[in-house]
Amino acid sequence: MVEKRGTGLWLTHLGLIVGIAFIFFPIWLAFVASTVEQHDIVRPPMPLLPGDKFFENYARALTSGINAPVATMLWNSLVMAMGIALGKIAISLLSAFAIVYFRFPGRQLFFWLIFLTLMLPVEVRIVPTYEVIANFGMLNSYQGLILPLIASATATFLFRQFFMTVPDELAEAARVDGAKPMRFFFDILLPMSRTNIAALFVILFIYGWNQYLWPLLITTEPEMNTIVMGIKQMFPSGDDFAHWPTIMATSILAMVPPVIVVIGMQKLFIRGLVESEK
Amino acid sequence: MATVTLENLKKSFGKTEVIQGIDIDIADGEFVVIVGPSGCGKSTLLRMVAGLETATSGEVRIDGKRVNDVEPMDRDIAMVFQNYALYPHMSVFDNMAYGLKIQKVAKPEIAERVQTAAKLLQLEPYLERKPRELSGGQRQRVAMGRAIVRKPAVFLFDEPLSNLDAKLRVQMRLEIKALQRELGVTSLYVTHDQVEAMTLADRMIVMNAGVADQIGAPLDVYADPATEFVAGFIGSPPTNFIDAALLDGERAGRIGIRPEHVRLAEQGRIEAVVVYAEALGAETLVHLRAGDGQQITVRQESGLAIPTEGQSCGLAWDSAQVMRFDEAGLRQR
Repeated sequence: MVEKRGTGLWLTHLGLIVGIAFIFFPIWLAFVASTVEQHDIVRPPMPLLPGDKFFENYARALTSGINAPVATMLWNSLVMAMGIALGKIAISLLSAFAIVYFRFPGRQLFFWLIFLTLMLPVEVRIVPTYEVIANFGMLNSYQGLILPLIASATATFLFRQFFMTVPDELAEAARVDGAKPMRFFFDILLPMSRTNIAALFVILFIYGWNQYLWPLLITTEPEMNTIVMGIKQMFPSGDDFAHWPTIMATSILAMVPPVIVVIGMQKLFIRGLVESEK
Repeated sequence: MATVTLENLKKSFGKTEVIQGIDIDIADGEFVVIVGPSGCGKSTLLRMVAGLETATSGEVRIDGKRVNDVEPMDRDIAMVFQNYALYPHMSVFDNMAYGLKIQKVAKPEIAERVQTAAKLLQLEPYLERKPRELSGGQRQRVAMGRAIVRKPAVFLFDEPLSNLDAKLRVQMRLEIKALQRELGVTSLYVTHDQVEAMTLADRMIVMNAGVADQIGAPLDVYADPATEFVAGFIGSPPTNFIDAALLDGERAGRIGIRPEHVRLAEQGRIEAVVVYAEALGAETLVHLRAGDGQQITVRQESGLAIPTEGQSCGLAWDSAQVMRFDEAGLRQR
């Protein structure tokens, strides 16, 4: 590691502080705007210090919102993000397990087929996916929000790489010990993948939370809106005027859960990224 | 306790025949070591007995029962792996107890059996630790413990000492031997180290390219090797081979003579030049080069004179100690 002293040290810190301020300023403005009244925002110059309407604005956003209460939207987002993250992890673990530990006809073919889907982003297949979900009658439902996004080639690939580093002898030892394949999976492979799962959960939760286009397409009822797309729905159309304090409070609220997940799982997350011990 | 019988056991990977027919009867409680260079098929042979590899043809019988199509766990065997294969997220106790838990052995009995094994292996203070908090020797013991608690009919060892340093290897070797004696469990042990094979085995199988060149008690194999390969592989430093054509009164082929049976003499059967001498204290190894470039090693007592490098010496030996091999490497009697 390079050690810096004197001016160098201060310059480094100055650079970091400027960088952070640069990123943080818009968030700060959003927070300030969520604690003042509508007319404070509309009349320039905009205040730079928080006002005294914090509880009032947030309570209004959470309980009534504009189209739907933000609490409902938060819940919808939470269900969707958890469903996507946990579903993706469960499915990827099982498919990686199948690909690495079982010899079946077409094993390589299936692996490459899964790998191929990496090249198709959601946007490319969104119209046919919509058609399928609509025909299943899953519009405006949690299933509709979660199912099309529940399979993950990336996660499958990551788990495959991890499983391949697990020594073969471990599977053989378990076999001699009398563990059937699924027992080996649950007793040995799953606990060993703990840190990888945690790291992936953080990434996938944020991925699910930040979904915008898909919920926008399939949720037409405000009660089923997720928070990230819900913010956009709050913007006025036509001659209505925007109620900025509520919108800004919603934005801040939308940021909180991912931050909680990242901070809460930070230790495991970093261990999962760097740990190589088997 | 059980006998193990291998009958014309063969294994092919595609078109390559890696095991070309092995026959052996292993008695109850016998310690049999399979020894050979890497790639000779010794691990594959062991894995076929374990059931981790299917036999292409032939039979494996444990206690008289054909087990070719039986899953490893139902063969009543326990295996110790080269890299120990300990479950990294489980404590030492859980590692040893895992097989018993699957067999649905009652909890108090599991605890008792693990305690007994831990005591035997001096692992009692470490039962709550994770494998990564143990030294190499301790991990090795845990792997042994995992095998012991199952009270198997047969122990299978796949090069269990090759990841340990030299000193620990000697110590663990003695422990394994003592343990096997004490428990009296039939054991099959794979190694490429001929010293391990010599010291551990009741009988050893010397494998060469998928064939069992010789099966017998270590000292018999040493004194009376069946092939040129066995004569060269067993014994350190290895047997000297000399082209029969260089010697008077020898038939065609090659002769083998162990380093301890050759002496330096004024008038020898052949002449050789000293390349270098290694004085090891109790003995001296003199390396020489014969006329045709053949390396010859002489092992002599440390009291004897050590010739200087570059000096020409005669080499003499007792005809009774000569082993004669034909062109195919088979022993001629």
